Amino acid sequence: MHTLVLIKRVPDTASKITIAPDGKQIDPSGLQFVLNPYDEFAVEAALQLKEAAGEGSVRIMTLGPKEATQTIRSALAMGADEAFHIVDDRSLRDAFSTARTLADAIAQLDPKPDLILCGRQSVDAQAMATGPMVATLLGLPCVSDIVKLERDGDTLRVEREIEGGVEVLEVGLPAVLTTNKGLNEPRYASLKGIMKAKKKKIHNPEVAIAPEKTTIVEMRYPPAREGGRIVGEGPDAVPELVRLLREECKVL
Amino acid sequence: MGNNVIAFVQCHDGEIKRTQLEAVSEGARIANALGGGCVAVVMGSGAADAAAGLGRYGARTARAIGDAAVAHYNGDIYGRTVAALAREHDAAVIVASATAAGKDLCPRVAAHLEAGYAADATGVRVEDGKLLVTRPVYAGKALIDVGFESDVAVVSLRPNNFEVSEGEGSAEVSEAQPVLEGPSAKVLETRQTAGERADLTEASIIVSGGRGMKGPEHFQLLEELADVLGATVGASRAVVDAGWRPHSDQVGQTGKTVSPKLYIAVGISGAIQHIAGMRTSGCIVAINKDPDAPIFKIADYGIVGDLFEIVPRLTEELRKVLQN
Ligand SMILES: Cc1cc2nc3c(=O)[nH]c(=O)nc-3n(C[C@H](O)[C@H](O)[C@H](O)COP(=O)(O)OP(=O)(O)OC[C@H]3O[C@@H](n4cnc5c(N)ncnc54)[C@H](O)[C@@H]3O)c2cc1C
Ligand SMILES: Nc1ncnc2c1ncn2[C@@H]1O[C@H](COP(=O)(O)O)[C@@H](O)[C@H]1O
Repeated sequence: MHTLVLIKRVPDTASKITIAPDGKQIDPSGLQFVLNPYDEFAVEAALQLKEAAGEGSVRIMTLGPKEATQTIRSALAMGADEAFHIVDDRSLRDAFSTARTLADAIAQLDPKPDLILCGRQSVDAQAMATGPMVATLLGLPCVSDIVKLERDGDTLRVEREIEGGVEVLEVGLPAVLTTNKGLNEPRYASLKGIMKAKKKKIHNPEVAIAPEKTTIVEMRYPPAREGGRIVGEGPDAVPELVRLLREECKVL
Repeated sequence: MGNNVIAFVQCHDGEIKRTQLEAVSEGARIANALGGGCVAVVMGSGAADAAAGLGRYGARTARAIGDAAVAHYNGDIYGRTVAALAREHDAAVIVASATAAGKDLCPRVAAHLEAGYAADATGVRVEDGKLLVTRPVYAGKALIDVGFESDVAVVSLRPNNFEVSEGEGSAEVSEAQPVLEGPSAKVLETRQTAGERADLTEASIIVSGGRGMKGPEHFQLLEELADVLGATVGASRAVVDAGWRPHSDQVGQTGKTVSPKLYIAVGISGAIQHIAGMRTSGCIVAINKDPDAPIFKIADYGIVGDLFEIVPRLTEELRKVLQN
């Protein structure tokens, strides 16, 4: 089975964001970048499927700046076989353009992937869109937000989290899945893995980057919360808190 | 291009959740501003019954798809069906609540219609006949206003961020057929995991516990508080990682994004990844023994002290006050 994992380079979630002077994007200088946390579950799932089958491949694809090579190497160090890097300098490229471009690049792959895995969400753009969009554009079935995955030949049985429950679905290959926390425990790259990753092939597919369907008119900081009001110390402050919740906040 | 708005509505046994009414109400507001009408597309078991009442929330038309094949959410089939109805009604905008279903559905509809998509909007407005959507990015550390280049716009709406407006109107209801042909996964079963409480993403009050709770057994304190408030219990990642609470309870960047009217954080330090998941809450209360805990910086009200003394007192006080 040939699995393709779509990964993204994103700012580390703990980093402080500074908006660039143009008011439309962030200033990337000084930021730490990492592999999108949800994509680690996707890489791990792909590796487990390959290990269980004892055959097949795990390929990685990303659309991102040239620095994303580092992110690709970290997925290769986990054990993926080779990678495809479409170079693009735009941060927060819109959902349709991202999906269209990736779908066009996927259509050129040989062999065709049997399974395409994505994270459920990128922690920068937070679109939760790429997986279902790529699937729709390629005419493949898709299940998002999976927390469980079992393979039986050409059929996958997956569980997806919904409000107050889980849905159990069956999907035939080829298909697209997006991975959620709880699916697995992503492995750490071993030293040997890191050394090997340096020799693995990173291709640059020739594909035109699709135009965007949305534009960022303005980027700004969220309004500061007027926090920091300490009602009091210890249990004696409770009656005052309750009064404020009822009379000032009017939430009760 | 038309100026109608499609509002997607999911229903189950003819019942509709509040989040779905938020989508209809907001869909109607957008349609008004664009000079068009709001078409509610109602899918799921008992759709015809549910569709009848949507005129009160501003839908002019309601299309009910209650076919057995769509009794449960299935993204592949729902996506094709909503896209087909959007074409039929010449829609300029498609909205859905950003629930598990809505978040899965909207990108598919956008792909079918080659439309721009803005996910998890916290604000929508129409300026000079154009749609502008505000949405958080970078874990809520920045907001963007998004405009559309495409004729059709798809928007998912963050639950608990849009008003439900109820009026007198009535909608013209008709049936529609699902588009079954095409690739799709098959839903085998759906399992309920939660008890009576609302899901975190839909709860209007949340009481969340952090590592300060010291152990799973002490969550009973929060359950009692939640009972009095009609709230849902959440948790920080530290608690989930320790195995005290299930993954589905986690609030934050790698957990759930919540936006209740009231969020009470108990023994939670307020790490940036936690705040990412709850900063758009209406009112935030923090209980923490460390006066310098970052959670106090974003909390509307804070009490400094030992949660094991404060929480039982709060439960008792609320019980007194709310029973009167
Ligand atoms: C990629 C990534 C993603 C993450 N995603 C999430 C996420 O989705 N959600 C999330 O929550 N975290 C997330 N985290 C983890 C986050 O950084 C913090 O580690 C976590 O939120 C801390 O949980 P906590 O506040 O419960 O614990 P702590 O930080 O240990 O805080 C415990 C608090 O309890 C207080 N306390 C202790 N005893 C008492 C008492 N008796 N009475 C009152 N107060 C008391 C302490 O003063 C302290 O402030 C993520 C981290 C990373 C790197
Ligand atoms: N530029 C990109 N290149 C490759 N994969 C991506 C890209 N953007 C998003 N993805 C994938 O799609 C998932 C969801 O991202 P998003 O739709 O931005 O929330 C991510 O977790 C990645 O797996």
